[in-house]
Amino acid sequence: MLRQRLAAIRLGFWSVTSIVMIAVLAGIAYLRFTRGLGAVTNLSDSFPWGLWIGFDILCGVGLAAGGFAVTATVHILHLRDFKPIMRPTVLTAFLGYIMVVCGLIFDLGKPWNIWHPIIMWNPHSVMFEVGWCVMLYTTVLSLEFAPVLLERFKLDWLLKLLKPVTPVLVIVGVILSTLHQSSLGSLFLILPEKMHPLWYTPMLPVLFFASALAAGIGMTVVESWFSRRAFGKPIETDLLSRLSRVSVLLLALYLALRLRDLVARDALATIFPLSSVTVMFLAEILLGAVVPMVLLAIPRFRRSPRRLAVAQGMVVLGFIFHRLNVSVTAVEAATGHAYLPSVMEFLVSAGLVAIGIWVFVLACRYLPIFPEGALAEEERIAHAAGTAVARPAPLTGSAPAFDRT
Amino acid sequence: MAHRGILVDVTKCIGCGSCVEACQKANEQPAHEARGLDAHSYTYLMDRGNDTYVRRLCMHCENPSCASVCPVGALKKTAAGPVTYDPDKCMGCRYCMVACPFGVPTYEWHSAAPRVRKCQMCVHRGAAGPACAEACPAGATITGDRDELIAEARRRVASDPKTYFQRVYGITEAGGTDVLYIGPREPVALGLPPVKTVGPLPDLTWNALKHIPDVVLFGGVFLGGLFWLTKRKEDVARAERTEIADKGEHHA
Repeated sequence: MLRQRLAAIRLGFWSVTSIVMIAVLAGIAYLRFTRGLGAVTNLSDSFPWGLWIGFDILCGVGLAAGGFAVTATVHILHLRDFKPIMRPTVLTAFLGYIMVVCGLIFDLGKPWNIWHPIIMWNPHSVMFEVGWCVMLYTTVLSLEFAPVLLERFKLDWLLKLLKPVTPVLVIVGVILSTLHQSSLGSLFLILPEKMHPLWYTPMLPVLFFASALAAGIGMTVVESWFSRRAFGKPIETDLLSRLSRVSVLLLALYLALRLRDLVARDALATIFPLSSVTVMFLAEILLGAVVPMVLLAIPRFRRSPRRLAVAQGMVVLGFIFHRLNVSVTAVEAATGHAYLPSVMEFLVSAGLVAIGIWVFVLACRYLPIFPEGALAEEERIAHAAGTAVARPAPLTGSAPAFDRT
Repeated sequence: MAHRGILVDVTKCIGCGSCVEACQKANEQPAHEARGLDAHSYTYLMDRGNDTYVRRLCMHCENPSCASVCPVGALKKTAAGPVTYDPDKCMGCRYCMVACPFGVPTYEWHSAAPRVRKCQMCVHRGAAGPACAEACPAGATITGDRDELIAEARRRVASDPKTYFQRVYGITEAGGTDVLYIGPREPVALGLPPVKTVGPLPDLTWNALKHIPDVVLFGGVFLGGLFWLTKRKEDVARAERTEIADKGEHHA
């Protein structure tokens, strides 16, 4: 009873916040589209890309990388255990890309020309490639998400039509993602002298891809934990723990690549003397990659879903740090031009994220995103079965950790 | 003329500002004192002290970063030399501004339908050539065939080492530019951007982009193969399970 009331209040809070957010966004949009980008942003001729590119685009795309990673795990590697988290992850990815497109509409000077790359080609432009990939991959994501809607509205014949092409869609999705996740890094390859050596490297595309994978999985774990907490959805800690082991490997690979590259370019020495710029670098590497990697490597640590979410949250934050460091800090440091986002730029970015979360919550409530059944039930069944199928010891051993913290 | 260039001889400039005035007139901008490159100023004069004036304008690179990065091809390197801009194609991503090593393109930040702004070497004047060169009373800005201008610049620098710093700015910078500078001091001291890269900058992104066909091809084969192998494994496992189950039933 009390619980229901609390839930009602929470919905009320979210709805009110979202309505306020949408009103604020509409106001800023009005200013931006009548008086130009200069009226709402702190962008300038010497700093033409700011928070909207650094956060909304670079981070929005990267944090959605869980989508292709998890669909590939389920449909290409046939690891069916991960099926329960596939739909929420695809939903997150889909919403992430929609947020990217919304961010682009704010950021592009003439967004009504956004379709131009379809007919005006320049294959030498990284932006052209990113544009095409994002366009195609958003289509793939909507098709990957479509079964949820088709199930909800009982359009079985369409569902049957979609099923046999799913593996093809997934493979195309992985290829497109590989291309544009790395290409977001390639965007900056043309700025060898306009970026700090701690971030400019010919390896940028590889680093962007590896870190997007780590952050995408991090996002999947965080969002699974959130769903579990918010709606008591049956997501097993064991699944999140296994995913987090992959994160350890990815973070280790990322750190190895990063370190190897810094050494090869003799750039490590530029950390000293310490300055605000190099502290940003150290924070990004240590708090965003090294610490969560170590924590997630400890089996005991991985038993609590809350701790998993905290460590993966660090990965996500570290990733956001990296993208903003590449697009803002590194450029500031090398060119000497300063940029601090305006309040309205912050509000747009925060507003888009808030609306994204709001839509996620609504979708979880009204669409078959999560498998049926409550968490407790599922785990009782798992226990009764002895969980002997694929993974014996850890799940049974860690049973007390399944509290809803 | 095969390939138009502009030579700026800083030692000859008297700082009169005729080039700036002519530029604004030719591009139908309101006459104003230009203090930097901005949406209304394609050129301006930097006062570097000791009666040294250095003008800035688009360098019209041989391999322009701006044209290479433009996703819709709004910026183009024409065969005649100038790097031109088509506002109707532009969608306003501003990658050109980010990519330009010389910090040239500017934006109409306070317009609802903004355009990128930069010198286009007066392409609209056709054979008449750049208005700035035509207006310069001191011969500090001259225009002509790029190769001939380079030869002329080298000749001037070599023949008068006391007056000229021994370097022609624009021959190697970012793979070469159509706007060239010679002057009394080293380029950095004149306030010109210290661009160290000697090769074309677009090569840097092309090095990554050229791998796309391979990623698609081998990625497709690899992923398809993984799908096929693990599917087979799953099918076999399922078949074995059913078999065992069948046997179990039979025995029972």
